[in-house]
Amino acid sequence: MAKTLYDKIWESHLVDEQNDGTSLLYIDRHLVHEVTSPQAFEGLRLSNRKVKLPGSTLAVVDHNVPTTDRSKGIADKESAIQVETLSKNCKDFGIEFFGLTDKRQGIVHVIGPEQGFTQPGMTIVCGDSHTSTHGAFGALAFGIGTSEVEHVLATQTLIQSRAKNFKISVDGKLPLGVTAKDVILSIIGNIGTAGGTGYVIEYCGEVFRNFSMEERMTVCNMSIEAGARAGLVAPDQKTFDYIKGRPLAPKGENWEKAVKYWSTLSTDKDAKFDRELYLQGKDIEPTVTWGTSPQDTASINGKVPDPNLEKNEDRKKSILRSLDYMGLEPNTAIQDIKIDKVFIGSCTNGRIEDLREVAKIVKGKKVNKSVDAIVVPGSGLVKLQAEKEGLDKIFKESGFDWREPGCSMCLGMNPDQLKPKERCASTSNRNFEGRQGRGGRTHLVSPVMAAAAAIEGKFVDIRKII
Amino acid sequence: MEKFTKLKSIAADLQISNIDTDMIIPKQFLKTIKRTGLGSALFYEMRYDEKGNVIKKFILNNSPYDKAKILISGKNFGCGSSREHAPWALLDFGIRCIIAESFADIFYNNCFKNGILPIILPENQVKELSEVAKNNKEIEIDLVDQKIHKGDNRPFDFKIDSFRKECLLNGYDDIALTLKKDSKINSFEQKKRNLTPWLY
Repeated sequence: MAKTLYDKIWESHLVDEQNDGTSLLYIDRHLVHEVTSPQAFEGLRLSNRKVKLPGSTLAVVDHNVPTTDRSKGIADKESAIQVETLSKNCKDFGIEFFGLTDKRQGIVHVIGPEQGFTQPGMTIVCGDSHTSTHGAFGALAFGIGTSEVEHVLATQTLIQSRAKNFKISVDGKLPLGVTAKDVILSIIGNIGTAGGTGYVIEYCGEVFRNFSMEERMTVCNMSIEAGARAGLVAPDQKTFDYIKGRPLAPKGENWEKAVKYWSTLSTDKDAKFDRELYLQGKDIEPTVTWGTSPQDTASINGKVPDPNLEKNEDRKKSILRSLDYMGLEPNTAIQDIKIDKVFIGSCTNGRIEDLREVAKIVKGKKVNKSVDAIVVPGSGLVKLQAEKEGLDKIFKESGFDWREPGCSMCLGMNPDQLKPKERCASTSNRNFEGRQGRGGRTHLVSPVMAAAAAIEGKFVDIRKII
Repeated sequence: MEKFTKLKSIAADLQISNIDTDMIIPKQFLKTIKRTGLGSALFYEMRYDEKGNVIKKFILNNSPYDKAKILISGKNFGCGSSREHAPWALLDFGIRCIIAESFADIFYNNCFKNGILPIILPENQVKELSEVAKNNKEIEIDLVDQKIHKGDNRPFDFKIDSFRKECLLNGYDDIALTLKKDSKINSFEQKKRNLTPWLY
């Protein structure tokens, strides 16, 4: 029977399947960070259990870490304890750990691919919902809770039930200035934040084929914002080229074997999907969110919606609540929204290509006087690369703050937070109430749109600038 | 994990769609290295103002709903992050059952690991239960028979995977169950070592 890519990966990891469909899935790789792991390690200790395969796990600190000078450690006591706890747990259980001062430290979903830890055909989990990022390599990657982190550490498996298959195809070409971020925001705007619930999405079509690995990661990263368990892009030559030579990539004879296997990982021609969505690249515009859910999207030429025109009562209530929180009037043109802060970074858009695109826009220009703007590289290696290319100088000359790597203002567990009512153009993935700081107002955009907003002090159509 | 068989309680009605995990438990409470003690921080920004004062109109701040063990909510409950702090906070507050039209995948999974029963019902049934909740009437959840009693003779049926049901009824520890299959896992791993040697 013809199979989808998801079917193939699922079936090749099935250890056991009960009559009711409850399955035991083998997990190849496990990423661990400081926030969702302490209780899992504590659980292992309490029940006298070991980590089954320490070599398949990689740990890093990212959520809590300061992005300013780190020479004196972490000022916040609780954050410091969490970071130290991970360090101790890794030592006790024999897990490789990238600490605060390691140049390889960074956001867990940036360092996995960067190290060659992420490879096609794998099952990859992490106690973090944006684990879907790794699906860009044709790996089945999804976020799990802390109890499941403990389960994977102890057994190298997870109890799962099979998801349904959802094909999203974007064909043709994207207009200049329209990015991977606009594609995924448009998809979420189209299907809603629960549109993917129960599914694994496979992204197909010319637009995704033409995307670089980093652009594919941006798309897969936000699959969870569409409610999907995971997102996938079938691996191709670009995938293999990206992985080759990275520290944890297969070497020598194993490389040849691996590529041969990876080349079999695509959806069969006649495979059936449970749901399909077809979009045209030419129809996608630079996109800005206006509300408190990633599905609240508008074109840069659009307007904030009018709740009075909404017929669905439930939806009307949501819009009213969002507009109240966001401090926006109905029918306001998106291009009339002024901003106070710009955040460039996160596991969605904190990689080297993102920073290069931002640098192109801001080079020789100044950040608007009314705006505070920061660039937070996704990892220490991204930071080093950017500095090698002189991007840091461009940012600093423009008036951006150039920071140390971490999750930073995407969720504000460290001191990088919005103040109440501050409005931010953010390249991150969630615009929930309070996400970037209590009362903070987040507009999700692409890196180039954020860069242009930093210069203009409001949202502008990037297509008119480049 | 505490067993779940029957639960009788008044229910708190929180009819908001897309309640995300940042709402359920904001980031500043994720710095703990424990599972317990998060109940006071549940729905923090809806329960307390910027100065930390109790917001009276929020449902969980009002008697008798401050003792509710059942929460009724809008669709896509628990969307967003994978933080298990969300079910930990609900459990610590005393919530053992959440009824909604739909749940986000990771949150739904996390509930079962903590002895919380998430129940999916169609819109009209959720609305009816929300009325029962508003009238301060008790709702009884019977997991064994998969029924929700609401004080009339028309109980609602609900669905649940048989494996998850068994785990809740018995308070099973997932890991102990899986470790019983250790030899199966090991032989699977051995096969994988031969097929995909670059992974090891």
